[in-house]
Amino acid sequence: MIKRFIRSAHLRKRLVLTVAVTLLLFASPAAAEPPSPLSPASPTAEGIANLYYLVLAIALVVFVVVEGLIILSTLRFRRKAPGGPEPTQVHGHTILELMWTAIPALILVVLFVLTFQALQESGDLPTNPLRVEVIGHQWWWEFRYPEQGVTTATQLVVPVGQPIIFSITSVDVIHSFWVPQLGGKIDANPGQINTYSFGVQEPGEYHGQCAEFCGIGHPYMPIRVTAVSEEEFAAWVQARLAGSLPPSEPLLARGREIVETGVCAACHTISGTVAQGQVGPDLTGFGLRPFIGGILENTPQNLARWLDDPQVVKPGAAMPDYGLSPEEIQALVAYLESLQ
Amino acid sequence: MATEALSVPRPRWQTGLWAWITTTDHKRIGILYFTTALFFFIVGGLEATVMRLELAQPGRQFVSPDIYNQLFSMHGTTMIFLFIIPILVGGFGNYIVPLQIGARDMAFPRLNALSYWLFLASGLLMYGGLLFGGLAAAGWTGYAPLSTSVFSPEKGMDFWVVGMLVTGTSSTLGAINFLATILKLRAPGMTVHRMPLFVWAIMVTTAMVVLATPVLAAALTLLLFDRQLGTGFFDAAQSGNPVLWQHMFWFYSHPAVYIMILPAMGIISEVLPVFSKKPIFGYKAIAYSTAAIGFISFLVWVHHMFTVGLTPLLQAFFAFMTMAVAVPTGVKMFNWIATLWGGSLDLRPPLLFALGFLTMFLIGGISGVFNAVIPVDWQLHDTYWVVAHLHYVLFGGSVFGLFAGIYYWWPKMTGRMLDESLGKWHFWLTMIGFNLTFFPMHILGLLGMPRRIADYFAGLGWEEYNLLATAGALIMAFSTLVFLYNAFLSLRRGVPAPADPWEGNTLEWMTSSPPQAYNFEVIPTVSSARPVRDLRLAKQQKGGA
Repeated sequence: MIKRFIRSAHLRKRLVLTVAVTLLLFASPAAAEPPSPLSPASPTAEGIANLYYLVLAIALVVFVVVEGLIILSTLRFRRKAPGGPEPTQVHGHTILELMWTAIPALILVVLFVLTFQALQESGDLPTNPLRVEVIGHQWWWEFRYPEQGVTTATQLVVPVGQPIIFSITSVDVIHSFWVPQLGGKIDANPGQINTYSFGVQEPGEYHGQCAEFCGIGHPYMPIRVTAVSEEEFAAWVQARLAGSLPPSEPLLARGREIVETGVCAACHTISGTVAQGQVGPDLTGFGLRPFIGGILENTPQNLARWLDDPQVVKPGAAMPDYGLSPEEIQALVAYLESLQ
Repeated sequence: MATEALSVPRPRWQTGLWAWITTTDHKRIGILYFTTALFFFIVGGLEATVMRLELAQPGRQFVSPDIYNQLFSMHGTTMIFLFIIPILVGGFGNYIVPLQIGARDMAFPRLNALSYWLFLASGLLMYGGLLFGGLAAAGWTGYAPLSTSVFSPEKGMDFWVVGMLVTGTSSTLGAINFLATILKLRAPGMTVHRMPLFVWAIMVTTAMVVLATPVLAAALTLLLFDRQLGTGFFDAAQSGNPVLWQHMFWFYSHPAVYIMILPAMGIISEVLPVFSKKPIFGYKAIAYSTAAIGFISFLVWVHHMFTVGLTPLLQAFFAFMTMAVAVPTGVKMFNWIATLWGGSLDLRPPLLFALGFLTMFLIGGISGVFNAVIPVDWQLHDTYWVVAHLHYVLFGGSVFGLFAGIYYWWPKMTGRMLDESLGKWHFWLTMIGFNLTFFPMHILGLLGMPRRIADYFAGLGWEEYNLLATAGALIMAFSTLVFLYNAFLSLRRGVPAPADPWEGNTLEWMTSSPPQAYNFEVIPTVSSARPVRDLRLAKQQKGGA
């Protein structure tokens, strides 16, 4: 079952990482406001929202006028008694007809000009962008930061204020990358790369999800954009690259052992371990991720449920039920949740 | 040499199942289409009801995501190809057009029968997947690569493709029949400017069917080849292009939505004049706007693809054409309102549904304009906003228009009247249920809820509106029961209908209710667009003199 995203606090000591990263990710509020295009948090989304309001104003005027005429004519000309003479037989009125052809046409020309201008502006790519590659999979989103050398999944950590250029593609079917508060959606087509850009103005958590039907796991392909300060972003990148050291605590060490020598390494990557699998999502820093499998809130209980049988949680997911023992699950949960 | 009048035996109705199976009479074929399409309407409605029950709350309660995906895929397919198009064109088109043009039957009666049986076969084929592990689950739009055998290996998908090919064949054959009939079999004196606007609508619609359907057939054939013969038309790995499917599919499917609305608009153009006791305002404007809509509809398909990543200039052209189609559409709206204005309005079910059509279609048309503004579409595409828009135009438009036609022509087709009070209940329950279901979906789209999801995340503000929509859906389901009850009562013991219960204008009201097998004793000669009104006035004059 999907639960509310109320962040719970896990604070763990680390050897390498700055406290800033952990503070940032646990102090920020949950994605509590609706992911609405009308609550924009980027200049791109704000421009679209303003255009929407303009069209809405025209739409409301048109509706009130035309619907008003429908209601007025219904009330005013309803037949009071059956029978009665025929009313005046009017076949047309040239001036009126010309007017109600020309005026709507004019309104639409104005709308088109605004559309064309907005379309032109959207093509301008920013200078000094952060580059992110977005790769759609059935059923999770992979994010690569080529200039930083970082790969992650589902959660997209970005610095506030810097525009991002996304290069979007898919490895299987058509998906669509969409974070409503930050920008419009753009399809992820296999064999093609689409380019889109936006920059986040306010720190916070923003919800998005796949917006092109892609099969059985389509409802469970979220995107969680976590926008942080430049310093916090730099620290996050550093932590990703540094990777995790072998833990000394026995349960955690047991978990790491299972990851490195068991089935996990075949599909997943955890930076700093021998697990360098490319099939499934990168699990580096998993303890800080908002989701498990793109469906459950990241808590130890939920992680245990997932590891016990992913197919019950997310039917059709690529990860099979490996028949892990409760002992293995306990160790894995402890280890994965410890990853910062 | 004296000649004697030949005594030709008059054709009479035959009864029994075999007569219905072998009929080539356009009226019987119309009824076959009608009842079959109505059956599929109920099937599609049940599919929607299960979907709405599942979505009432976040979490999975009733159906798995796999079943849900089959439900929404078949709901769209069923409603479009097995309900709306067959009932409007095959049902009303078949029954009414020959009567309205003063003909004895369609130009090709046997081809007509073939069209019906292909339609029935196509429906059975599409649902054939039930016997083979599951139905198609790639949406009614069947986008590649999801619909290819790699990602949708189930046989149900192949049944769907073949079923669609068969229904397209049925439509195309029928369309040829209608065009030949309308162009060649009109009664003496019935120029194209005197033929009923419903006939105009069917003419433009069937011209569109002939031009567009083959492109869908081509797309489906390529998909079948990819699925069965290992070709790679839509496979990037084989130098194919998945986006090609979208172009070919929408090249047909955009005109298809106008194929669905134009006949319903034709019905509105018939009902409004009769129930306001005025001529249609701007007959030629409506006729030519219909043709303009038909033409422009072939030039807008990319507006379904604004998020695909196509060249901006290309997108701009299609945005322009999409806005352009609103002009002739608006002309028709204003002409319809002008028909009401100054009239003597008889607020019985046919007119009630026509008025409902005007309001609902207005909303649906307006919401579509938002989607033409490309950057706004980048937010609204593939969300519940689009689900709202499409249902306002297809249900609020086509289905309300259909019901207006049902209440209007039921007496003619069955020889019985429908109960007026039940009709009004049906209308109001439908209005309330429909708006409660679909208006909140505009808001859901604006809150970021994508479409085609079997389940949604809690805590995003989507719960309340989903619950409202489900409540509305249940009211809609109940309203359908009210209609079915009315229909049942009418057939059982409805008041016998006279030839012309509404003081109509067009030739079908000259025949008995229901018409004789041969329709008209003598093919009439017409001298205006309202020949039955002319006869009625002439009779009144004679009576008065």
